[in-house]
Amino acid sequence: MKYAAHINIMPHKALLDPQGKAVTGSMPNIGLPSVSNVRIGKHITLELEAANETEAKQMVETACTKLLANLIMESYEYTLVAL
Amino acid sequence: MKIGVLIFPGSNCDKDAVWAFQNMFGQEVVELWHKDTDLQNVDLVFLPGGFSYGDYLRSGAIARFSPIMQSVIEFANNGGLVWGVCNGFQILCESGLLPGALLHNDHQKFNCKNVFIKTETNNSKITSLNEVGKALKIPIAHGEGRFYCNDELLQELKANDQILFRYCDENGNVSDETNPNGALDNIAGICNKNRNVFGMMPHPERAVDADIYNTDGRTMFESLLQLVNS
Repeated sequence: MKYAAHINIMPHKALLDPQGKAVTGSMPNIGLPSVSNVRIGKHITLELEAANETEAKQMVETACTKLLANLIMESYEYTLVAL
Repeated sequence: MKIGVLIFPGSNCDKDAVWAFQNMFGQEVVELWHKDTDLQNVDLVFLPGGFSYGDYLRSGAIARFSPIMQSVIEFANNGGLVWGVCNGFQILCESGLLPGALLHNDHQKFNCKNVFIKTETNNSKITSLNEVGKALKIPIAHGEGRFYCNDELLQELKANDQILFRYCDENGNVSDETNPNGALDNIAGICNKNRNVFGMMPHPERAVDADIYNTDGRTMFESLLQLVNS
């Protein structure tokens, strides 16, 4: 079976996100002064071959915990879609 | 002493490191390409600064899985000496050889300037000849140097005397004003619990040659060479 994973990786809430802070600061410049707390992470998509959904999830977990996210500074969540 | 300087695609301080070890301190140096797996019986592996793999994903994240790093991890776990500077420090944290992580600087700027760091302990192979508390002028050049770890780990680093360097002013005073990147507790460099892996954001290899009017980094090299050669 072929699956697609849509993965969101975000910096931990307790950590300062300088990118998000800079973007928050520019919101008044486009007429949106009430926008606050912009935080910026990563959205990663990938496709994989697996025997079933359980195996597919294990592969995505491995990818996230070993390479795609650094759990000291980030958290991840994902959705899996059969193609 | 035989030194292995790692080179990844995007490394850009490897020649500075080779120059320092070879020309300033007369040591044998081999350059080790990221696709190699043979460490050629080196006594120390040096991970230089730069932007390995373009800093894609996170600084050091992809380099950590290169073939040479599998050998470096095994070498370190067997007690081999490993020293990472700047991107090298980031790679060592990503690989789990050093605790913590290096985040984007708190101000979103790439910092390239001389800063002062003070030695926190003599109990390491790269600081044994340093004077504890004395400010050293060492260059930094990074955008992601904000050392971070959780409170529990910070207490552990302190209890185990693993904090090697902290950012300070020219008189050795540590404050928020002397912190160039927002690093936790002004931490500029650490070692692992077994004291054979060292990581730091500042570049001592750029401060060893009198021709460029800064030799404050020399004692780290002298510490290392004295201990290993003796």
